[in-house]
Amino acid sequence: MKIYGVALLAFCFLLGKFIGNLLGALIGINGDVGGVGFGMLLLILGNLYLKRKGLLAPLTEKGILFWSSMYIPVVVAMSATQNVKAAISEGPIAIIVGVLVTVTGFFLVPLISKIGRKKQND
Amino acid sequence: MEILEKLIDKNGLIFAFLVVGVIMWTSYWVSKNVLRKKIPGVAIAIIVGLMLAFFGDKKGIADISLFSGMALLGGSMLRDFTVVSTAMGADLNKIKQAGLAGTIGLFVGVIFSFFLGVFLASILGYTDAVSLTTIGAGACTYIVGPVTGSALGASSDVIAISIATGVVKVIVTTIGTPIIAKKIGLDNPHSAVVFGGLMGTTSGVAAGLAATDPKLVPYGALTATFSTGLGCLLCPSIFYFIINAVWG
Repeated sequence: MKIYGVALLAFCFLLGKFIGNLLGALIGINGDVGGVGFGMLLLILGNLYLKRKGLLAPLTEKGILFWSSMYIPVVVAMSATQNVKAAISEGPIAIIVGVLVTVTGFFLVPLISKIGRKKQND
Repeated sequence: MEILEKLIDKNGLIFAFLVVGVIMWTSYWVSKNVLRKKIPGVAIAIIVGLMLAFFGDKKGIADISLFSGMALLGGSMLRDFTVVSTAMGADLNKIKQAGLAGTIGLFVGVIFSFFLGVFLASILGYTDAVSLTTIGAGACTYIVGPVTGSALGASSDVIAISIATGVVKVIVTTIGTPIIAKKIGLDNPHSAVVFGGLMGTTSGVAAGLAATDPKLVPYGALTATFSTGLGCLLCPSIFYFIINAVWG
């Protein structure tokens, strides 16, 4: 059943958030530190474990895949609910940072490719 | 009309599904038929979303009561839930194949995007650790920015800047990749894996590689998928500490 997948996702999400909040409390930030990342790690590991045991039915998987296909629409709704007026009044910072980071990234590709390849050959 | 308004008011989230569906359909149509896929539909849809946000104030379009459901659909609960679910797309065996090169590219990509973003933001006049970290996170991807920003309690305008930064990155990656591919040796799976990790934006990497050589798309998208997770893990934690220690 699809709800099993949704429930598994909910479990990983909540446990990840719990770890994130614990870590946050531990280091003195009142909030969630990396909860989403922990949730993702849990889901990858859970997915792998259940697949190996043959416990992950295709329908269960579909319950998770539905939500992963909803992530772009959610991001669109999220951008529509941001304080854009204030962002624009801050100046062209988004464009400057976005363009410079991307272009620099392009030129790092041959550099890192070289390092990776050398180490792979060893 | 009054009946319709009441109906939508009571079913805000459902109406938000309809609104976002229409935005996505229109954006993908424009991307395909008008812009010949030069800008991916995702990027257009996000830009449309950001433009719609102009009609409101602090909560964007959700400030208009008719669209209040957008705040729930685009709120942190569903956002984080759907982001976690994308981890399903990552296959651990393929990650092992991608090996060391991809991992190095992934870490370098997140680290350099973040710190270059922070550096530029500090030049442009930001001085508080939370805003610097949020904008640096936005330089990773448009998800890492808002996830980090809301974890650290950044203001909505800074979060909007971080999303906008991520969107600019998607657009520049999409348009720039086919132009620059040969110069940076992006013509084989190995460098595509490195490229995906370095750039981080899944939609930009997938669209940019598709325009360069469709065979390279899975290799790039593979590492890019991990970038957002890694960014969400590092930015509000270790990176924030570093920034807080320097600027705090």
